[in-house]
Amino acid sequence: MPENYSTQELMIIAAAREINDYERIFVGMRLPITAYGVARLTHAPNAVGLFESGVSRYEPAKDMLYTMCDGPNQLGAAWTTGLIQIMGLLSGGRVHAGFIGGAEIDRYGNINTSYIGDSDNPDVKLPGSGGAPDIASMAERLIIIMNHEKHRLVEKVDYITSPGFLGGGNERKMAGLSGGGPAVVITDRAILRPYGPKNELHLAAYHPNHTVQEILKNTGWDLKSIPDVHETASPTKVELEALHQIDKDGFWRN
Amino acid sequence: MGAALENAIPFAVTHELIRQGFQNLNMVAPISDISTDMLIGAGCVKTVTGAWVGNVSGGMGHNYRRAAEKGIPNTITINDYSNFSIGMAFFAGAYGLPYIPVKSILGSDITKSNSSIKMATNPFSDEYEPVALVPALKPDIAFLVVQRSDRFGNSHIWGSTGLTQEASIAAEKIIVLADEIVEPEVIASDPGRVLIPGFGVNAVCHVPAACHPSPLIGRWKRDNDFFHDYHKETRDPAGFENWCDQWIRHLPDHEAYRTKLGDRLETLRIIGDAPSAPANYAAE
Repeated sequence: MPENYSTQELMIIAAAREINDYERIFVGMRLPITAYGVARLTHAPNAVGLFESGVSRYEPAKDMLYTMCDGPNQLGAAWTTGLIQIMGLLSGGRVHAGFIGGAEIDRYGNINTSYIGDSDNPDVKLPGSGGAPDIASMAERLIIIMNHEKHRLVEKVDYITSPGFLGGGNERKMAGLSGGGPAVVITDRAILRPYGPKNELHLAAYHPNHTVQEILKNTGWDLKSIPDVHETASPTKVELEALHQIDKDGFWRN
Repeated sequence: MGAALENAIPFAVTHELIRQGFQNLNMVAPISDISTDMLIGAGCVKTVTGAWVGNVSGGMGHNYRRAAEKGIPNTITINDYSNFSIGMAFFAGAYGLPYIPVKSILGSDITKSNSSIKMATNPFSDEYEPVALVPALKPDIAFLVVQRSDRFGNSHIWGSTGLTQEASIAAEKIIVLADEIVEPEVIASDPGRVLIPGFGVNAVCHVPAACHPSPLIGRWKRDNDFFHDYHKETRDPAGFENWCDQWIRHLPDHEAYRTKLGDRLETLRIIGDAPSAPANYAAE
């Protein structure tokens, strides 16, 4: 089959499919905001976007954004306000899903964006949490975007910035976290989902042109598969048209 | 500094703190982009109290990494928060509460690496219901960039404001950097847009483009290349020293900085018009 899309475009469209109509979504810059735009143009025309600095939008900004605070994200917004007002929606249990990324993720979906090595004497000091732990702990579902490399998908993260299922099973609930935790991890090779009583991340789908063997080789734990593991569904014509409408310059096409 | 997150960051103050050689500062801010990284590199900072330090365009902050990993130019203490938990800490500071319970950092190692945060259970519940207790944060000074202010500090701000409101009320002193100074009647015509009333303000400074290279809604665009150039040029300490001399230490003030930016600053000026509808405050 001739391919008419890039890996990044496939990831964006896979992410867009995780958004349901009428949902309130914490949207990040770059890939997530593009996915949100595709969802709005296809199956979720009534989705609402939230940005932690204090912005809520229906339609995504028309011009290029470097940060959520840029002018184009404020022009025509549904609401410009403060951080507590927007992130308080999370704390009040009124947010359906949020996007986050990270430097490291482990088999229970815990994410590290703070310290590699010991936090008192780190090998690498990463920029830190931002609002990611707030989103990870309190959104109903967490949509995680990662590059699929062995040193990123690790057995155990050095520091839990944003909690997934902690040690697995019901530990997340026991810790008092109201949100449902990771629903999906979308990488450049595959889609992982929590499965089984321990809520361990399992291989749910492999992208076209990628093999299960290659994915296992690039994962830092003994990744198991869900029973009906399958190839990631290719983007439809409608999905690709929506993406091209947003990404007029072809930023995501190569 | 940088209460609004990635817009309206008072870089003019960052420069002046570096020029005057301040040391042992505790920078309290959720994000504040490369402002904190510059201050760390110049040896001004002892403590970072915040959620994120880096370069929003370029990724990691080289000075922040050097200080945290190798103690260059000096060791720093990091008090980790998330955006919402530092916001709630300001909220507690603003409204006279000793601490505030927060649920959005449960399960995060922030509750371990930040020793000032304590765990507790909801005293109103018969069952175990964990909450994290975050002590009030009351910064000594809040520096706030606003679109317009009158000479008494009554300030209009529009667009998203991050934690500007809570941080300004929590702070002992407020210093306003106004992009434009207007007559008091202009501010009084729309009291609903006042985020900072003048009675709490200690000083007003008229500093156009004090936010550069961060954006200010309706006034200045983000200078994204400036962030990328900073990232490239500060990879090693000598590179940072050179950058800092060129853009800060060898310039006497912000006016000289704006002159140095020259046409580049003019291309960032927002010239379009998208005014809001007027609100009628007539009483009869």
